[in-house]
Amino acid sequence: MAESSAATAHGHPAGGSHGHPTDGTKRDLLELIAGAGAAVFAGGIGLALLDSMNPSKDVLAVSAVEIDLAPIALGSGITVMWQGKPIFIRHRTDKEIADARDANLSDMRDPQTDKARIKAGHDQWIVLIGICTHLGCIPLGNKPTDMRGEWGGWFCPCHGSQYDTSGRIRKGPAPLDLAVPPYAFESDSRVKIG
Amino acid sequence: MAGLHKSDLPNPVLNWIDSRLPIISMMQKEYGVFPTPRNFNYFWNFGALAMVTLVVMILTGIFLAMSYQPNTGLAFDSVQHIMRDVNYGWLIRYVHQNGASMFFIVTYIHIFRGLYYGSYKAPRELLWMLGVVILLLMMATAFMGYVLPWGQMSYWGATVITNLFSAFPGVGKYIVTLLWGGFSVDQPTLNRFFSLHYLLPFVLVGVVFLHVAALHIVGSNNPLGIEPRGPQDTLPFHPYYTSKDSVGICVFLIVWAAFVFFAPNLLGDPNNFIEANPLQTPADIVPEWYFLPYYAILRSVPNKLLGVCMMFGSLLVLFILPWLDTSRVRSARFRPTYRWLIMVWVVSFVVLGICGAHKPEGIWVILSRIAALYYFGHFLVIMPILGKLERPLPLPESITQAVTGRPIEVAVVGRPLESH
Repeated sequence: MAESSAATAHGHPAGGSHGHPTDGTKRDLLELIAGAGAAVFAGGIGLALLDSMNPSKDVLAVSAVEIDLAPIALGSGITVMWQGKPIFIRHRTDKEIADARDANLSDMRDPQTDKARIKAGHDQWIVLIGICTHLGCIPLGNKPTDMRGEWGGWFCPCHGSQYDTSGRIRKGPAPLDLAVPPYAFESDSRVKIG
Repeated sequence: MAGLHKSDLPNPVLNWIDSRLPIISMMQKEYGVFPTPRNFNYFWNFGALAMVTLVVMILTGIFLAMSYQPNTGLAFDSVQHIMRDVNYGWLIRYVHQNGASMFFIVTYIHIFRGLYYGSYKAPRELLWMLGVVILLLMMATAFMGYVLPWGQMSYWGATVITNLFSAFPGVGKYIVTLLWGGFSVDQPTLNRFFSLHYLLPFVLVGVVFLHVAALHIVGSNNPLGIEPRGPQDTLPFHPYYTSKDSVGICVFLIVWAAFVFFAPNLLGDPNNFIEANPLQTPADIVPEWYFLPYYAILRSVPNKLLGVCMMFGSLLVLFILPWLDTSRVRSARFRPTYRWLIMVWVVSFVVLGICGAHKPEGIWVILSRIAALYYFGHFLVIMPILGKLERPLPLPESITQAVTGRPIEVAVVGRPLESH
């Protein structure tokens, strides 16, 4: 190529201490700097373009929702949307809490204590992702008039999975308990999901 | 194995690919060793700058299209969503918006180079005409792109320009209805403009490919306008013009960045920050700066059809330029009269641009008529006559002679000296 012949024709190599194997010419250094500069620049552009595909600020803004719990009657539940998924929030009665707490772990397909699925001091509230872990239908059970299954929790009409008052799978084809989303109580009547 | 390309690449993997699809050999031949005149000035950078701009516009455009909504109720807000909520959305949008202006600056200078140095003359006529096609595609793309944000100027500019086609007798009304997809600029219009705005840049890429291919058949022109007579008159494209183009690209990107980061809305119209209102016309309907000269030509005559024909004619006249110019000398460097007249033409183009920004009344309409008269007169009257009457300066013996002062070696068998 024209470069190497021109390099040797220029006479003195400008500083062999630059670590180049044959001759450390200024041209090699300049090419290296230019190439590195172009790569940094192009990389920066590429990263900016790629990052524009990440969730935008309005999507991140609804990545968490705050729910007012006051309107939820005892023994009843509501469904809210969070990150595109239905969330069940039920105001449990004392009997429902006792049933959940006293259940025998060895009877369960996916054993979990009720304590591990609620927030301490807020035993009457159970917050679950309302998607059946079998094939994804939304189980019934939020309204007291809904079918709730033998354990009084939720009943999935698609293939008959039955969940207890802690959302744990007890009967039917679903392999896992209803998932618990990340949430925290901002006050006794206000919960933030996500 | 009769059909394989004979590849000289030492690397076995690359050789395997290259012998089946000689894309690497092609790049080496067309952009590596390609013999390029040694005396290019910086005017010859602008084609490369245009290519860089096209690539950046396509990239930024694709990412904008991921968030843009081509619906009349959502479009304006979706652009604000890009500016405010999408990560780096403001940057991508400003690069794209100012890139349109940069594309036209670069292309107008590139065209000026062609006009001044006679790059449109034989054997480069087809190359030039492909260039005019590229200009037309750019204009269509830019026009449709400006409609997408659905601001006041987007809507009313679209209304004015699409209404122009009603000037054509008989079929005019049906053409306009077809363009609109309805009875005014509305949802169907916006949707199809979005689709075509996404499409045309890729058509542009194809025509640019043809443009460069045509160039590589005949070889580049140069500031002296005389053909290279031998290898001493040329340099391999790499590294000489790859490095020179890199310098040009750096300067160009600095200018582009200055607009994007320090004056992103300088070239825009404030009216476009108002959402489109079909029931309220802005006080002044003005296109983007790069369309102003043609807008002035359109409005220079009171007759609608004549104005439309003159506006389209001002672009179509460029197609026949190679045959209008009768001079046997290419470069304006050796055409003492033409080199002044082309500058007068540039001034008339700029004057037309300024007139286009004003209402067509008083001094502005007078100026636009004078400037339009010169614009057309330059191509249709002056260039055919000047070629016959002008006494050109003597051409140098060769490029090497002109650049180094030393004659090209006698031993080199070059082409006979040509005067055109």
